[in-house]
Amino acid sequence: MRSRKWRGAIYSLIVVILAWWALSALLARPIVPSPYDVLLNIIATFTAKISTHVLYSLGRILAGILLAALLGVPLGFLMGYYDRIDRLLSPLVYFTYPIPKLALLPVVMLLFGLGEVSKLIMIVLIVVFQVVITSRDAVKSIPAETFHSLQSLGASKIQTFTEIILPASLPEVLTAIRLALGTAVSILFFTETFGTEYGMGYFIMDAWMRVNYLDMYAGIVVLSFMGFCIFSAIDAAETHLCAWR
Amino acid sequence: MIQVSNLSVWYQAINESVLALDRVSLDIPRGDIITLIGPSGSGKSTFLYVLAGIQRKYAGIVTIDGRPINPKTQRVGMILQNYGLLPWKNVRDNALLGIKIKSGPQELNDYSHYILQQLDIDTLLDRYPKELSGGQRQRVAIARAFIMKPDLLLMDEPFSALDAITREEMQALFLHIWKQNSVTTVFVTHSVDEALYLGSKIVVFSSSPGRVLEIIDNPCFQMEDLRLQDQYHSMSMRLRKILIKD
Repeated sequence: MRSRKWRGAIYSLIVVILAWWALSALLARPIVPSPYDVLLNIIATFTAKISTHVLYSLGRILAGILLAALLGVPLGFLMGYYDRIDRLLSPLVYFTYPIPKLALLPVVMLLFGLGEVSKLIMIVLIVVFQVVITSRDAVKSIPAETFHSLQSLGASKIQTFTEIILPASLPEVLTAIRLALGTAVSILFFTETFGTEYGMGYFIMDAWMRVNYLDMYAGIVVLSFMGFCIFSAIDAAETHLCAWR
Repeated sequence: MIQVSNLSVWYQAINESVLALDRVSLDIPRGDIITLIGPSGSGKSTFLYVLAGIQRKYAGIVTIDGRPINPKTQRVGMILQNYGLLPWKNVRDNALLGIKIKSGPQELNDYSHYILQQLDIDTLLDRYPKELSGGQRQRVAIARAFIMKPDLLLMDEPFSALDAITREEMQALFLHIWKQNSVTTVFVTHSVDEALYLGSKIVVFSSSPGRVLEIIDNPCFQMEDLRLQDQYHSMSMRLRKILIKD
């Protein structure tokens, strides 16, 4: 299972690089440099130029995901466990879910400034809804019988939570975060294009403005790789924590 | 001693309330094992859920050793048809779950190891439920109930999902362990054979709403080679007649 995943990743990497290389050879123009040149550029400039930006972006996205999980998971659990809370909050969640959160960026920036807080809020806004809805549905889908043996044992609310609710919904919550990650990286890129001089979004746009296509491509590759690493890390956590599946 | 008098339970359906149990009265002496038999929808499971403290809305009086039902202070072992195992816990943690809830985190001690050995699952400790057969899962559920040394054991058609051969094995194994512990047990079944094999008393429930039709002292209980005896067949006939008449 695991080796199949890795083989798939390596296979995809080869296909993408080949296609990229073919395109660059075909066009033979500086706007599509060859993957080899970009790789050399990454090796040459990573420590000096790119690494700081990676750390900023990584910090923002991890903090965003963590915060979204800390807010979304308990809220989703409460909604899933208590019908009353669900009846109160579900309409709100469903009403606001389809609003494109990116459109709120100007509002968030007017209220919270151009700094880190706004960037964090945007990522949280994107990820938290999926996490809330998934956690809620995960709890709701636990069969009543699963609770019965624990109830007959006189388990406390906390025990019910740690023995049933958390482990039963963990796989789905991790999947939701993993899927929301793609959108989160896009949002991160977008928010990093202004109000900061650090982050991969800034680095890529700056390279573009300086017409340094090698740097620009290096940025795109590094940002993609970063996304892939987080994606894989969550995937690995899922495999490890949910071995019972 | 479990005393149930005039127990009635209603279920809230969409527009109406449905009577599931109708004035059920029953005394179960300490250390006794009784089987409840009746058609589907006769409220047998509901009766167990009341004793387990899961069904909290009811009319009538139910006491265990003179005190009202309280799962927090009583030690109630419950074994369900779908085994009631938690899929994310391995055999060891599932078997120790009951005693963990009651007394905090536990390691396997001599007694729990003995029970696991008796049930022949002491070699499967690190497996998850999905890696076990139905019979093995049911053994884990039984181990969990006995390891916590319950005051009361409630069993809701625990063997009905097993194939016939495994079922008879499990019945014999269960009875063997039960004899060593003599826990007050209420065993719900829809099988006449199981009711005769496992119950010192047999309580026959009517179809919906559940009423007690008859309480029968079972002379066949603990009989050697029960299924080969004439008395088994005559009792079996008697039970079936009561069930058909209803």
